[in-house]
Amino acid sequence: MFLIAFAVPAFAGPFEDAVAKFANDDFSDTDEAIGAVASSGNKLAFPIISALQDGRLMADPDSKKVYVTGSDGKSIDAATGEPVASVPDSASAVRLNNRLRRSVDAALGSLTLQSPDLATRLQAAQSVFKSHEESALEPVDAALAKETSKSVKVALGEARAAILLFKPDATEVEKLEAVATIRARGDQEALALLTGMGDQPALVAKAAASAIGSIQSSLAVWSTVQNAWYGLSLGSVLLLAAIGLAITFGVMGVINMAHGEMVMIGAYTTFVVQEVIRTRYPGLFDYSLLIAVPLAFLVAGAIGVVIERGIIRFLYGRPLETLLATWGLSLVLQQEVRTMFGPTNREVGNPSWMSGAFELGQITITYNRLWILCFTLAVFAILLAMLRYTALGLEMRAVTQNRRMAASMGIATSRVDALTFGLGSGIAGIAGVALSQIDNVSPNLGQSYIIDSFMVVVFGGVGNLWGTLVGAFTLGIANKFLEPVAGAVLGKIAILVLIILFIQKRPRGLFALKGRAVEA
Amino acid sequence: MTPHMLTRSLDRGATMFLAIVAACGILIPLSNLLLPAGSFFQVPTYLVALWGKYVCYAILALSIDLIWGYCGILSLGHGAFFALGGYAMGMYLMRQIGTRGVYGNPILPDFMVFLNYPKLPWYWHGFDMFWFAALMVLLVPGLLAFCFGWLAFRSRVTGVYLSIITQAMTYALLLAFFRNDFGFGGNNGLTDFKDILGFNVQAEGTRAALFMLSCLGLIVSFLICRAVVSSKLGKVLIAIRDAESRSRFFGYRVESYKLFVFTLSACMAGVAGALYVPQVGIINPSEFAPGNSIEAVIWVAVGGRGTLVGAALGAVVVNYAKTFFTSGVLAPYWLFMLGALFILVTLLLPKGIVGTFNAWRESSSEKRAAASAAAEGGITEPNMAE
Repeated sequence: MFLIAFAVPAFAGPFEDAVAKFANDDFSDTDEAIGAVASSGNKLAFPIISALQDGRLMADPDSKKVYVTGSDGKSIDAATGEPVASVPDSASAVRLNNRLRRSVDAALGSLTLQSPDLATRLQAAQSVFKSHEESALEPVDAALAKETSKSVKVALGEARAAILLFKPDATEVEKLEAVATIRARGDQEALALLTGMGDQPALVAKAAASAIGSIQSSLAVWSTVQNAWYGLSLGSVLLLAAIGLAITFGVMGVINMAHGEMVMIGAYTTFVVQEVIRTRYPGLFDYSLLIAVPLAFLVAGAIGVVIERGIIRFLYGRPLETLLATWGLSLVLQQEVRTMFGPTNREVGNPSWMSGAFELGQITITYNRLWILCFTLAVFAILLAMLRYTALGLEMRAVTQNRRMAASMGIATSRVDALTFGLGSGIAGIAGVALSQIDNVSPNLGQSYIIDSFMVVVFGGVGNLWGTLVGAFTLGIANKFLEPVAGAVLGKIAILVLIILFIQKRPRGLFALKGRAVEA
Repeated sequence: MTPHMLTRSLDRGATMFLAIVAACGILIPLSNLLLPAGSFFQVPTYLVALWGKYVCYAILALSIDLIWGYCGILSLGHGAFFALGGYAMGMYLMRQIGTRGVYGNPILPDFMVFLNYPKLPWYWHGFDMFWFAALMVLLVPGLLAFCFGWLAFRSRVTGVYLSIITQAMTYALLLAFFRNDFGFGGNNGLTDFKDILGFNVQAEGTRAALFMLSCLGLIVSFLICRAVVSSKLGKVLIAIRDAESRSRFFGYRVESYKLFVFTLSACMAGVAGALYVPQVGIINPSEFAPGNSIEAVIWVAVGGRGTLVGAALGAVVVNYAKTFFTSGVLAPYWLFMLGALFILVTLLLPKGIVGTFNAWRESSSEKRAAASAAAEGGITEPNMAE
């Protein structure tokens, strides 16, 4: 040992001395070296320690030189950071045992706690919070003293509290403060930490118990909020799918089993628009949905008008036949799309403003779901306004209420029929644009919505748009609150059974039309 | 044309239908078993199984025609009753496998061993006995239809609402049967059958016997339907179909009539399913798919609703076409054809094949009657077909 110490070149500082110790091939020397390097503040400290962890730190016992071999195969001199051409053959990887591995982990933890990258620091603080190793207390304190970012400071404070809670010789005051900090964090992990901390002084245990109670009740509130949000999101999807049906089935009384295929056509319109943009105008990708919405409305609406003129107008007053004919139509449309675009899922991308998520308290809200909710409500409002304030809306309502009287007043009823059906189909197409963002775009897309859509319209009450709105959100929220209890499939079955029973009770839905319209 | 003549002409059609079914039911199995293989008149075994399938579909179509054609109840969930009957039979066949399964468990079917069931679920008990399974084939669909119909008809759920909730019913069952822990084999359903009543299900003799039984089932179902629709009860059913409220105001308990015929029809569908399963060798949840039930309705529409003979004919014709087209180069176009069939039949041939034929014959005989009546100065009766 003595001789070796003398063999080290004279110009070496404390960092270089520490690095050289790695070459001694002695576990206690390596341990000292880890501690010295980690606390040196040298910018090479992190590469050296992480190389040590991965077995990439090479030491030459003859020259006492230590090298860091990068994952790309290039090496540097660990003491100076100078690149070297090649590591001598006599060099071998510095060996570790379990005790040293713990030291390495702790050293890495404290090094990343002071990393210049904010995200890395935050992550390091979180991992200390989870592991709450006593050895991390000092690095955390050191990092806390230097930290400037508020969010990292909070995370470090929580990490410190977690360590203190599990530190046997921490004072009662420290522990009480720690419990308060963790209580303020208030999430699932905080709960796990508090419930798992074992024997504590009476005062601390009492504080912890009350903290557990408060966290549990706040978590219960948040999980309700989360379920409600999921329910709203599902409800908006249901509403979007059903809103067109509320026009064709609800207002016109036409059982359109091909409604789901209108949704599918809207989704495929989005796909085509995105394909064109990808190949021709890649810069416009973020606007693809804005372009697709009117196009999908026109495409699906035009197909709807053709269907009404070609098939449905011959079947007015024969609802069961209409059902069969439109079912046949849905088979034809599906097969047509399958031959044109293939049977597999097509990829429709999210524009940048629709991807990502943000945190609201304890729940995560994704932008696409949020946008779909807003979009659905906007479509609903526009449709409502259209029926109420435009001439076409007035004519539609007139024809629905009394066809012959409307015809006598000079309304071209067959034109209104075609336009109403086109409107319902067009809205289904718009729904397809939105649903393409969250669902697989395949020829079977429509099939998965058709039964749900009918359920929503029938549940809400035929001929009543508000009923459809209430029906969709009720079913969506009920479904999401049943899901954690019963599981996804059983929840859905339960909803179907409940609707079947509900229809027995109120055969015409939540908000039934009264009077003569009922028998028509 | 007098009502008496009308019944007689219908009877002639019915007799002809029964004679054809009986002849097929006897001749096809005989030719399959007795004639040497490769002979021109020998019906190969695979065709016996295939036609056996069609006959089962014909029974299902009859059951739909009974309620749709004569009582105006369009059920889009009749596939559910068919599948339930099939599952009851499938459970019996599963229990017959015994130790010959992959895992060799004498009590538990293979899928239960695979899914770690500790013991047989309670609802599987008794299915090792044929009489019990046969009872369940009638009872389970019948009971479901009774409960469903009791709720629906009593609260006067009619028309498309009823259609939609029957569709929801079969959809809910589809989802339920797909679940592994529901105890019916989940996604894969029940298959790999060995014996039925001690006979090998794969054997030619068993297949021929099953075919014969299916034809017998069709004949019995047809006779039951004929008995129902030509009785006074049948007249009330037709009255309900044409004017439900008016029938109610006349004092008929509409819901009881509907409930009876709906339950009867479900039992028939169950029998069809039970005959179907040993012949195709598998029953899985896809039989509950709403699409299947709607397809069965189109068979009836093609053949002619409210004619019974037409329903059976439609089932055979459409399914024959399906087999023919889906096995050749035209396979990608089959769905186009099926879809077009739905549209064209409802638009152009609302009475179906048999109904159109009857109408044509009536109008031509009416013309003759009118011609002779004009000579004698008589009057013609109103057309009864509508």
